[in-house]
Amino acid sequence: MADKKGWKDLMRGGDLPAATSVQYKTGSWRSLRPVFDPSNCIHCMICVSYCPDMAIPTKKTDEGVTGKAGRVYKGIVRLETDFDYCKGCGICATECPTKCITMIREEETVESSSR
Amino acid sequence: MATIQEIVSRETPLAPGHRMCAGCGISPIVNTVVAASDKPVIIANATSCLEVTTTIYPFSAWKIPWVHLTFENAAAVASGIETAYKSLKKRGKITDDVNILAFGGDGGTYDIGFQALSGALERGHKFMYVVYDNEGYMNTGNQRSGATPFGASTTTVPAGTHSFGKPQWRKNIVEIAAAHRIPFTAQAAVHNLLDLYNKAKKGFGADGPAFMAVLQPCTTNWHYDSELTIAYSRLASETNFWPLYEVENGKVHINYKPKERKPIEEFLKGQRRFKHLFKPENKHVIEEMQKMIDEEWERLLQLEAAQVRF
Amino acid sequence: MSVTKPLTGAQATAEAMRQINPDVVVAYPITPQTPVVEFFSEFVANGIVDTETIPVESEHSAMSATVGAAAAGARAMCATSSQGLALMWEVVAATPGLRLPIVMPVVNRALSAPINIHCDHSDSMGAATIGWMQIFSENAQEAYENMFLALKIAEHPDVLLPAMVLQDGFITSHGVENVKVLGDGIVKAFVGDRNPDRYLLDVKHPYTIGPLALPDYYFEIKRQQEEAMINAKRVYLEVGNELSRLTGNKYPYFEEYRTDGAEAVIVVLSSAAGTAKDVVDELRNEGKKVGLIKPILFRPFPYKEMREALVKFAVVGVLDRSMSFGSYDPLYADIRNSLFESERKPKLQSYVFGLGGRDIFKSEIRQVFNELLSGNLDSEHHKYIGLRG
Repeated sequence: MADKKGWKDLMRGGDLPAATSVQYKTGSWRSLRPVFDPSNCIHCMICVSYCPDMAIPTKKTDEGVTGKAGRVYKGIVRLETDFDYCKGCGICATECPTKCITMIREEETVESSSR
Repeated sequence: MATIQEIVSRETPLAPGHRMCAGCGISPIVNTVVAASDKPVIIANATSCLEVTTTIYPFSAWKIPWVHLTFENAAAVASGIETAYKSLKKRGKITDDVNILAFGGDGGTYDIGFQALSGALERGHKFMYVVYDNEGYMNTGNQRSGATPFGASTTTVPAGTHSFGKPQWRKNIVEIAAAHRIPFTAQAAVHNLLDLYNKAKKGFGADGPAFMAVLQPCTTNWHYDSELTIAYSRLASETNFWPLYEVENGKVHINYKPKERKPIEEFLKGQRRFKHLFKPENKHVIEEMQKMIDEEWERLLQLEAAQVRF
Repeated sequence: MSVTKPLTGAQATAEAMRQINPDVVVAYPITPQTPVVEFFSEFVANGIVDTETIPVESEHSAMSATVGAAAAGARAMCATSSQGLALMWEVVAATPGLRLPIVMPVVNRALSAPINIHCDHSDSMGAATIGWMQIFSENAQEAYENMFLALKIAEHPDVLLPAMVLQDGFITSHGVENVKVLGDGIVKAFVGDRNPDRYLLDVKHPYTIGPLALPDYYFEIKRQQEEAMINAKRVYLEVGNELSRLTGNKYPYFEEYRTDGAEAVIVVLSSAAGTAKDVVDELRNEGKKVGLIKPILFRPFPYKEMREALVKFAVVGVLDRSMSFGSYDPLYADIRNSLFESERKPKLQSYVFGLGGRDIFKSEIRQVFNELLSGNLDSEHHKYIGLRG
């Protein structure tokens, strides 16, 4: 409780500033981890559009990135999953048309201990 | 025609760090609907999963102006915002154009919020109301609502030795909304975000109130694995359990007609709320459900063919 | 710069609203409040004000739409009575927590059951503990002026709380009196525009209103709300002084009427105070040392000031127009509470009168004074005025 603000320091009326939830890292909920294989991705944005946790960042690129069958994909492309927020629901893996995402158990990953 | 690429290029109204269950489809619904607005959006949110999970103090997941008051009044709150907008605009106190959007769950819409919704639609406020429909009071743990389907087991109407779950068919909220003679009502589902986006565009563009019911399978209380939310939503429309259609200026248009509708068992299986229906003694319930679905679909086709205005 | 107009209390309230010209007014009928929104709607229909109105489908939506409009940045009002206040109670209770400065005229009416359309205070007394300021009006003149008082206090940056302005159903709301109405320009200058520091329609500065606060934060947010109520007591006098300069009237926490050297004093709210003043005059002419205290600011309640006023008297009778079943009646409870810190206490007697609109007569008030002066009192049990045995 000591790290929380006292009553004089809170915004009036229980109001909150916008988007403070980014401080709350829901990645700790994850038991399954999506492993993304960029070499098989067609950057269709299906995973991005369905991701309930806005945990698949994108960028716009003119030079493009290399994806499935060595093709260069330009415009909006997906990046590596943001493991700060990914809850590991697996929707991306299930809905991926090229099956370039695989769910594995967190304990099977090297990185998991740091997440 | 919009593309998924265009939709995901828009800044999402929701920030990560919200506490919806893993695999919950509410946030894609919210992000897609708001993406369809060409003006800043103000949201009035009924008490619901969406409200609770996005605003656990001191963490708000909302990047855009957002208000929650109580459970049953999102449409009334939106009425107030819309009227304030008209007034302050008229008086030169504000200059920005906005769209006003209300979100509620099915409990807050079909049931406790029904009167406020009807009043706001009847008064003709220019706003859009979106119910994300997970077919019960899921925020409080799977109680029966007016949106719960026939045969589903809930904690307030559980299946048991003397019960097969809910004995009534669901309320047809889309037709009820359309009966207010508002310019746009629609039924959509989370698996088809392009369809949802196009409908939201029409809703925001309507000259008056718009209403959308969007199916949102609940991984926690329908009880299936979290990766299957989109799959169950897809099955709901492939079985004609949840047809995708719209009523634009009173006329029905069906957005998706399965080439061969799948049997309802495809949708029911794997969901704990329907598990009891697969017992031999409940065979008649599935048969009755299938019959009703087919009759409702036939009626919808006739409404579309007739082009008689709501 | 004022003119005298014959107005009912409801008309006087609508007249104040006309001069305030709020951004949004939400209307729903309920007897005896209905004429407030009817008269105001006529102003709108005839272009006398350019307020946007919302004719809603229930009181629950009335308060909800008012909150929505206020959160959006508008100066917004609605009005109610009795069952209407009861129906909107959920939202009424949420409003002070959101710190929205909504002014709501409440025309007091008995609460069902049995259903009854006439005056008592059981409606607003039920909502006296949830964080609205409550300002009671004796007559149409006060009902008119208290609207400006309430608005300025409510919107004061140190307060930002909603306020109810109360008047007695039918007795005040439907009775015609001569009301001194200020010039439109004077009111306009006094109330100005609402200038919220943040609001939803300021889309370039988005924020979240009404989040879920759990045990780790709810308490602190409520403590803030109480601070606003503490401030309201101070701001009430400040705004009252400003308004005095325009009306020539005073805006104390409570009115003391002929209490100099009084032995027995009656404490009573609203219109019955007018009747009681007549009795005080008569008894004073007869040489009896009696007086009257009429509370005006009921929430926040001015305990200290009330105590300082009451300790001067030998006997105090408190007349409540509602009952608080199973406990001391609401006004009596506060009067009794206000005396706890005082070593010297007057004798107290609680009375209940006028439920469901039953008239109170001068003869009955005279009898109360006689009883108070006789010293035959029981401070632990209330007595009834005008009740058949």
